[in-house]
Amino acid sequence: MEDKKSLRAPVSQKPHVIPKPEHPEYLGGSITVEINEKKLTVPFGTTILEACRQAQIHIPTLCHHEDLCVAGVCRVCVVEVEGMRTLQASCAFPITAPIKIKTTSNAVRKARKHIIDLLISEHYGECYSCFRNNNCELQSLAKEYGVDHYNFGHVTQPRYEVDNSSYSVVRDMDKCVLCKRCVRTCIDLQEVGVLEAINRGHNTHIGTFLDKPLAEVICINCGQCINRCPTGALRANDPRDEIWNAIDDPTKHVVIQTAPSPRAAIGEEFGQGPGKSFTGELNTALRRIGFDKAFDTNFAADLTIIEEGTELILRLYKALVKKEKVALPQFTSCSPGWVKYLEHFYPEYIDNLSSAKSPQQMFGALIKTFYAQKTGIDPANIVSVALMPCSAKKFECNRPEMNSSGYKDVDYGLTTRELAQMIKEAGIFLPEMPQSHFDDPFGEASGAGLIFGATGGVMEAALRSVIEFVTGKRVEDVYANADITPVRGFEGIRYAEIPIAEVGSVPKLLQHLIPDWNWLKGATLKIAVAHGTANAKKVMEDIKAGGKFSECHFIEFMACPGGCLGGGGQPIPTNEQIRKKRAEAIYNEDKSLPVRKSHENRHVSELYEMFLTDGPCGHNSHKLLHTHYVKRGKYIA
Amino acid sequence: MENHLTVKLGEKKDRKGPVIFSEYKRGDAIRKALSMSREDILFELKDSKLKGRGGAGFLTSTKWMLTAAAKAEKKFIICNADEGEPGTFKDRVLLMEYPELVFDGMVVGGYTIGAQLGIVYLRGEYEYLLKPLEDYLEEMRKGNLLGKNILGKEGFDFEIKIVLGSGAYVCGEETALIESLEGHRGEPRNRPPYPINTGFLGRPTSVNNVETLAAVSHIVVKGGKWFAKYGTDKSSGSKLFSVSGDCERPGVYELPWGTKVSELLELVGAKNAKAVQIGGASGHCIPKPQFEKTLAYEDIPTGGSVMIFNDNRDMLKVLKNFMEFFVDESCGQCTPCRIGNVKLLEGVEMIEKGNYTFAHINKLKDLGRTMQLASKCGLGQSSPNPFISILENFKDEIFNRGNGGRNGR
Ligand SMILES: Cc1cc2nc3c(=O)[nH]c(=O)nc-3n(C[C@H](O)[C@H](O)[C@H](O)COP(=O)(O)O)c2cc1C
Ligand code: SF4
Ligand code: SF4
Ligand code: SF4
Ligand code: SF4
Ligand code: FES
Repeated sequence: MEDKKSLRAPVSQKPHVIPKPEHPEYLGGSITVEINEKKLTVPFGTTILEACRQAQIHIPTLCHHEDLCVAGVCRVCVVEVEGMRTLQASCAFPITAPIKIKTTSNAVRKARKHIIDLLISEHYGECYSCFRNNNCELQSLAKEYGVDHYNFGHVTQPRYEVDNSSYSVVRDMDKCVLCKRCVRTCIDLQEVGVLEAINRGHNTHIGTFLDKPLAEVICINCGQCINRCPTGALRANDPRDEIWNAIDDPTKHVVIQTAPSPRAAIGEEFGQGPGKSFTGELNTALRRIGFDKAFDTNFAADLTIIEEGTELILRLYKALVKKEKVALPQFTSCSPGWVKYLEHFYPEYIDNLSSAKSPQQMFGALIKTFYAQKTGIDPANIVSVALMPCSAKKFECNRPEMNSSGYKDVDYGLTTRELAQMIKEAGIFLPEMPQSHFDDPFGEASGAGLIFGATGGVMEAALRSVIEFVTGKRVEDVYANADITPVRGFEGIRYAEIPIAEVGSVPKLLQHLIPDWNWLKGATLKIAVAHGTANAKKVMEDIKAGGKFSECHFIEFMACPGGCLGGGGQPIPTNEQIRKKRAEAIYNEDKSLPVRKSHENRHVSELYEMFLTDGPCGHNSHKLLHTHYVKRGKYIA
Repeated sequence: MENHLTVKLGEKKDRKGPVIFSEYKRGDAIRKALSMSREDILFELKDSKLKGRGGAGFLTSTKWMLTAAAKAEKKFIICNADEGEPGTFKDRVLLMEYPELVFDGMVVGGYTIGAQLGIVYLRGEYEYLLKPLEDYLEEMRKGNLLGKNILGKEGFDFEIKIVLGSGAYVCGEETALIESLEGHRGEPRNRPPYPINTGFLGRPTSVNNVETLAAVSHIVVKGGKWFAKYGTDKSSGSKLFSVSGDCERPGVYELPWGTKVSELLELVGAKNAKAVQIGGASGHCIPKPQFEKTLAYEDIPTGGSVMIFNDNRDMLKVLKNFMEFFVDESCGQCTPCRIGNVKLLEGVEMIEKGNYTFAHINKLKDLGRTMQLASKCGLGQSSPNPFISILENFKDEIFNRGNGGRNGR
């Protein structure tokens, strides 16, 4: 346990990650326990909670979360273990002996009720004015245990000020139950370490370094803490009011672009199981709400691939042919959480970040220039909204650099949860909407843009284009169905090598930049994919140490576990299973699309013909579609 | 504080006692232990039936046996000198006057369980002892009682390091102590796993109280049977008591287990004692009719704190003081303790103001029982003890206060 990782994570729970029961061999044997007088055999080391779940016995929990290590702090999950003087937290108790467990004894029921009563007595907040109403674990517990009055009184005054300093995350500590899921998320899952419990006893609260506002610490805005908070203590900075106002204002032309991940998850907000996309229904709903246009962010994702791919080719060309010094590997830059993470933790590497903007920001810049010109609408009257699975996108659109159109390129970042709320407010039941298409002039996009939503998706999209550009062959001839499976999956870090045996001729789009591909003949393209900043950190440390990732050419990084589909703006709850389902939805939709490669998106080609006439990475695109970064560092004043 | 600055370690006051305060010379236990096998040391300890003096009363022989049996490259022995329990100061006396007993005990422990490093977790408020204790360790090093190949024993290397705590009561709890040593927030861990196999830095670790280690030194030299001669069957040996409050001669006393409360009161000159809080804030409050009870694990177990209250004391104030302590000192990690103690304190304040119902007080006692059962560590599990015992044992005084309130609706 002396490894760096456990030291980097100062939570008392860190050394006690209890192995999952899926690997009985690894755990060495199984053990028979008695739960409520029924026998059950489980692998050695299974927690009582897991065992009970296998036995279909429901145990209430609050601080437990599948994605996180054990805390054992709320004590709601206590059970009786025969022979032990005290009740045991079932989530934190690994079974290593043939114990007898009782889950509903008098002492257990009483303890659980007491604990819920205590939590509620301190809980300043009213469900009907809370965004978690009907999706709150504290509220559910109260219901489950039949709380019908305040047994131990109830606070009438707030104790803390709401912190809405951040563009992304709002913290209302009066609704906090101190489950520490956010703490564990931030330091263990994300290895950022912004949040920790401060003070002791009754003064304990979750805070930042010196209790500074969230905007003034090294928060990367990933919002993963929001997704794991059981209550309304953490939420995203909600722009719904402003957006409704814009919609109601007849002088405003309100457009919305929708990212790939929300459509694969928004059904969950309407009681649909995870794993079904509602793309067409969503388009209809958006128009009914009053958005003037519904655009597909995937169009901009396709554009990103062309720009970022070209940038990569140029970097390689400079390094290999012109022997110039360029920063390699090139890092993707479409995840604003990742970008801010790098700016804080590895500022010396910002030159490795692709200068290409994220799809959201590319689209924003185009809407207020290209689209405005084309339609004759004054960009000052365009309100540009971005539906994103992400809380960091709210921060991103407020970065001062992001106004290359002469206006704020994207006015509002809206999360999946917030849009679902707007749809409900408009009295619409999304799953029953008729389907409709995206609006022109950007139209339908390619499957490559769509899979941006899953970890490995940007890499796969880039490869689909780069392989065809360079080899002149069809990707389908190299990878069946153009599914580049080596970069798919949920493995935290993936590495692949792609040998370039033969080369083709340079496509028209790139001819002004590169004379031929001969310099790539026989080369091996080395790529990697990492998701979740904890994994990103591992890759970065390896690069620093000159390890194998430092030899890569291109690395995709996503701040959130699972990629955007697990983003901080997605429906709550989220866990491994749900993320897998969302990924399935995305990959299935990709399969069904007629165009699956970014460079085959005809709207993108048209854009280069009509508007960005000096081609990818040309002067125009540099002005509108590329950006720069800030060396922030870890120690900020 | 001034006189503390000139502390001279090892200078003994005139203290008498059958076991701890009996004759002992520095290095004796180490010398003896190194001539024995590890198993034999464990057998002596087993014969002595020594139980941990930190409060929990776990058999020291068992703890060491389990730590010795754990397989690991590195192991640790930690001397718990956090002494945070209100009304305890015997560990300080041991460290100041009998450091040889404590440190020799640690070396013996290191040898027995196979640890290479001993760590003393010294209460932050005892900072003035740090330098003298470090000087003392330096002397031990010179005499080869620490360091490499101790006393010529090939391959037995052992060092002792002193780390200063930072002032939280809960850091005396062994797993919170380990967290604190690792540089984290002082919060108790989930158990299992226990420190004996997953302790400091994830290694097998034995955490022992100062007095436990001092007793070990005597046991190794004089034998387990000799130790077990004192005390009772279930509580062998003697115990140091830190006596404070309304008495003529407060201080540290060594008495065999099985001593009656009344005998102790007489010894210290407590004339009008009405109540004795035994075991510190988290202990139990004994009223006069129970003074014939004995101090022993089987009757009134205690880590050694004895606070005496005479007829003039207001027991509700006493209780309030204890509850305020817990509200502040709870680490705030788990629900029953963090919020439960606040509710109990509020109950005390209601009684103080005369604004309460018995129904509510009973509800709070019930809550107290949940706290005892469901809290994560010993702090929350024992913090309701004074609430329950004082309200029970002094109900006449407390509920018949002439405060004009709506008493006992
Ligand atoms: C809140 C709390 C505070 C404690 N404080 C101390 C302490 O100050 N000193 C101590 O030796 N043990 C203390 N303990 C007991 C330790 O957890 C542990 O049981 C003891 O150090 C083990 O040593 P022993 O076996 O020698 O008694 C405390 C326990 C709790 C729950
Ligand atoms: S956090 Fe939950 S319990 Fe609290 S007000 Fe919101 S919905 Fe209600
Ligand atoms: S948004 Fe991300 S970085 Fe910021 S506090 Fe939450 S988990 Fe940590
Ligand atoms: S903010 Fe939310 S996740 Fe964090 S401790 Fe409070 S309730 Fe738990
Ligand atoms: S019982 Fe109290 S001191 Fe112990 S873990 Fe819980 S809150 Fe912390
Ligand atoms: S769910 Fe087990 S202690 Fe919180």
